[in-house]
Amino acid sequence: MKVVAIAGSIVGSKTKTAIQYAVDLLSNKYPELDVTLLDLAELDVQFSDGRNYLDYQGDTKKVTESIMEADALIIGTPIFQASIPGTLKNIFDLLPAAGLENKVASMIVTAGSQRHYLIPEQQLKPILGYMKAQVVQRYVFVEDVDFFQKEIKNDDVKFRIERLIEDTVTLTRTYQKVQAEKEAEYDF
Amino acid sequence: MEKYRIDPAKGLEFGIYTLGDHLTNPETGKRIPASQRINEIIELAQLAEDAGLDIFSVGESHQDHFTTQAHSVILGAIAQATSKIKLISSSTIISTLDPVRVFEDFATIDLISKGRTEIVAGRASRVGNFDLLGYDLQDYEELYEEKFDLLLQINENEFLDWQGQYRAPLHNAHVLPRPYEGKLPIWRAVGGHPSSAVKAGYAGVPIFVAMLGGPATVFSRTIEAYRGALERTGYDPKDFPVATAGFFYLAETTQQAQRETYPFINEGMKKTNGRGFAKQVFAQGAHPHDIMNIGSPQEVIEKILYQHETFGHQRYIAQMDFGGVPFDKLRKNIELIGKEVLPAIRKYTAK
Repeated sequence: MKVVAIAGSIVGSKTKTAIQYAVDLLSNKYPELDVTLLDLAELDVQFSDGRNYLDYQGDTKKVTESIMEADALIIGTPIFQASIPGTLKNIFDLLPAAGLENKVASMIVTAGSQRHYLIPEQQLKPILGYMKAQVVQRYVFVEDVDFFQKEIKNDDVKFRIERLIEDTVTLTRTYQKVQAEKEAEYDF
Repeated sequence: MEKYRIDPAKGLEFGIYTLGDHLTNPETGKRIPASQRINEIIELAQLAEDAGLDIFSVGESHQDHFTTQAHSVILGAIAQATSKIKLISSSTIISTLDPVRVFEDFATIDLISKGRTEIVAGRASRVGNFDLLGYDLQDYEELYEEKFDLLLQINENEFLDWQGQYRAPLHNAHVLPRPYEGKLPIWRAVGGHPSSAVKAGYAGVPIFVAMLGGPATVFSRTIEAYRGALERTGYDPKDFPVATAGFFYLAETTQQAQRETYPFINEGMKKTNGRGFAKQVFAQGAHPHDIMNIGSPQEVIEKILYQHETFGHQRYIAQMDFGGVPFDKLRKNIELIGKEVLPAIRKYTAK
């Protein structure tokens, strides 16, 4: 199973901190998994111009190919102006329509205020749905107050991230099993 | 229709197209050398001619996993190796070529083949040609529309004045050689989306529509939109042929045909497009109303006739070599087309 985690912002540390925590936990709990972290702050990604995802170069190609090869995505995002940051939206725009078909996607969301709690529901889930991902419905919402010096201070957040990771792996394994059974039914 | 060298009384024309993909056979894990692949394409055209097929076409693609980048050179070789079959491109990526040079090449092939050559001009689905040939992908649409229009003008006018954005101006330019009968049939390559077909309607050019999979009725929207645009622009749709192209493969039963061809299509799509072909969609391809012509000869004949009823098209072009299909399978398919498919299709579609 290939898992790609995305830190969807190029500014700030909260999303990176939360997604790094998730990646470390994932690697410890499931050492057999192939886990990649794409931190957009460390990558030089161009804007989508509609070409086939294989036709990009450099970091952009690395990002598109990693995601397309993944079985599961853990998407980390802050909330900017009542939505996801443009940097993260661009990642979706680089991929084919229905590009997340047969992939499981889960979300870790960081925000400065509780008022943003339903933003992932209204802004990110519709994109994942449009791109045909299997979405882990429960997401982890982390507030500013839960971080201190680039670490998560709130045990409840840590527990919730742990459950999200378990759910992501369980749903991916289940989906792969069901999919394999269905594929085996075809005689070609 | 005469302008496009098509006689509807003879029924639906039948052809073969290759994208010139050069892929590993997923069953053996081996890839034949480029020289063998190109020579087999030429031999396939000869077999197609011997079996009585109407058309053979070769496309260009400037990516890894392809080998017919110089598709006009290959068509030239086929022109020399054959004597009756029509030779067309499928397609020529006019956006990143010089229309003058394209016309010179294809008019020359037309002279070698004594009037058997046509151009299908497309925009490319993969875009390696832009960087490689020195064009900006930002100009994708504009390059195509301007260069395609220039190609049409060169075809209509032996001498021409022309000025545009993406090529040096032409002042009373004399573009030679002229084709065998003065003009070449030139088609617009159209993907699934109706908007490109509508533009062909505005320009009054025939369309070559590529179809991957799905019910024929979905694609008939594209063809209806095209004919509507022709009419609104003042053309008579009866003057303009429509060609359709898609996956084709024959075996004794549909199950066997699906088994024999799925790994090639799936692995080939993964390499050339980045995504495999979903089994669910492929399985639906067996439905009599799906445009994927993969099955037993009798089932495929019925499908092609249903498509002919639905589209009212003049030409069907089969793609059966995609994904590293070994040559003996291609030879067998050509035999079956000649023996079983062509006689039936001509019987029911000729007037």
